[in-house]
Amino acid sequence: MGKQTPLYTSHLDMGAKMVDFGGWDMPINYGSQIEEHHQVRRAAGMFDVSHMTVVDVRGPEAKGYLQYLLANDVDLISARPGKALYTAMLNPQGGVIDDLIVYNSNGHFRTVVNCATREKDLDWMGRIAADYDVELEERAELAMIAVQGPEAIERVSQVRPELAAAIQALTPFQASEQGDWFIARTGYTGEDGLEIILPGDEAVAFWQQLAEAGVRPCGLGARDTLRLEAGLNLYGHEMDESVSPLEANMGWTLAWQPESRDFVGRKALESQRIEGVQNKLVGLVLRERGVLRAGQPVLANGTEAGVITSGSFSPTLGVSVALARVPKGIGSEAQVEVRSKRLPVEVVKPNFVRKGQALV
Amino acid sequence: MSEIRPELKYLPSHEWARVESDGTVTVGISDHAQSALGDVVFVEMPEAGSHVTMGEEAGVVESVKAASDIYSPVSGEVLEINTSLEDAPETVNDSPYDDGWFFRVRPDDLSELDSALDADGYQNTIEEEA
Repeated sequence: MGKQTPLYTSHLDMGAKMVDFGGWDMPINYGSQIEEHHQVRRAAGMFDVSHMTVVDVRGPEAKGYLQYLLANDVDLISARPGKALYTAMLNPQGGVIDDLIVYNSNGHFRTVVNCATREKDLDWMGRIAADYDVELEERAELAMIAVQGPEAIERVSQVRPELAAAIQALTPFQASEQGDWFIARTGYTGEDGLEIILPGDEAVAFWQQLAEAGVRPCGLGARDTLRLEAGLNLYGHEMDESVSPLEANMGWTLAWQPESRDFVGRKALESQRIEGVQNKLVGLVLRERGVLRAGQPVLANGTEAGVITSGSFSPTLGVSVALARVPKGIGSEAQVEVRSKRLPVEVVKPNFVRKGQALV
Repeated sequence: MSEIRPELKYLPSHEWARVESDGTVTVGISDHAQSALGDVVFVEMPEAGSHVTMGEEAGVVESVKAASDIYSPVSGEVLEINTSLEDAPETVNDSPYDDGWFFRVRPDDLSELDSALDADGYQNTIEEEA
């Protein structure tokens, strides 16, 4: 038996199929992953993401600490209460320890890191913190519910009318603290929506209210196909400690300016930037029958050139799509070895669906 | 709890076989298998007229989660494949024992099915996996 979120019993009551995910018993689906996926693209779905790790960073040197710890620059949000920043946390060699979101949260910073990397993240954050006057506090008592889809904001406003004004004032990548609730207009699906961090003992009631308002529970399966269609990286697939962010479509998250700001991994990345990296992250579309899967080799001109990092059937497009790490010079066509057959694929930008619309 | 039909024969790899009144054998995957695979998105079948061999790969079922080989519970000539699965692969999830069948075989030797599992034996196999 794994760890359970406050919503564990609610999942079972709603017919969830549970799987182990990073030591947690989590819902993979509640019947049909594809129907859950469509629900998020077309209306609104909700995900229990309470397994994710929330770490609050406080203290007089919190900003300077995060400026050194993270590859993106929290100075971009430090004067903007509620603002969120997506960033990598690198090792000294420039590999990705984790990707995370950091929020400016009224006088302190709040980070949300991955569940699968929790221990090494906390260890690393603690080690760097030794040189700064900061306090790190893991908030394991909090639950986190993502409500995603074109109707998400409307539904949440409907079940929590007292929060409606604050929610509707949120711009994308902006959060608001309302008492014990932390409400962010962020997500991992390519749709509009909210991620709400709230006291664990209030999660069940909120989840039930959302269900009654027509928000469908969605499992980690749909979460994965939604993020794949949106071209969003998953740690351990598109990047890890052996992969440079420059080869994982994360160059836009590296804040090179000001040059006076040192951050962990900066030196390694600067030389990579000067020398140039070999690979890039692309999208692949398979128009034929078949499903692209992580680990399958990508061939260009008949020779093995790259590898699929994430692949699945795309419920929105009705064909299979994948993210792949391939040589920079790859053309617009390639092949993938699927179950000992070589199938032709289109090479596209790593972004297939946004806000319900197909981009390929 | 997944459904196991008492009148069918099963392989440990989760295919079922039904002997029809005309002596042909219909093949599909069990309710347990479809549930474990999740939403089925493609089914690759043997060609009608081809010969399949007991215990050997006869096709592939791809779900959102994984690809899984389909093994034939019996040797014989493929008489018919369920072409409706091309446009509606989700039928495998909705109706694994009826509308979601895969292919029908004229068996070379029906006694091959004697070595397959009966419903109780298959139930035990599933419980051991869990």
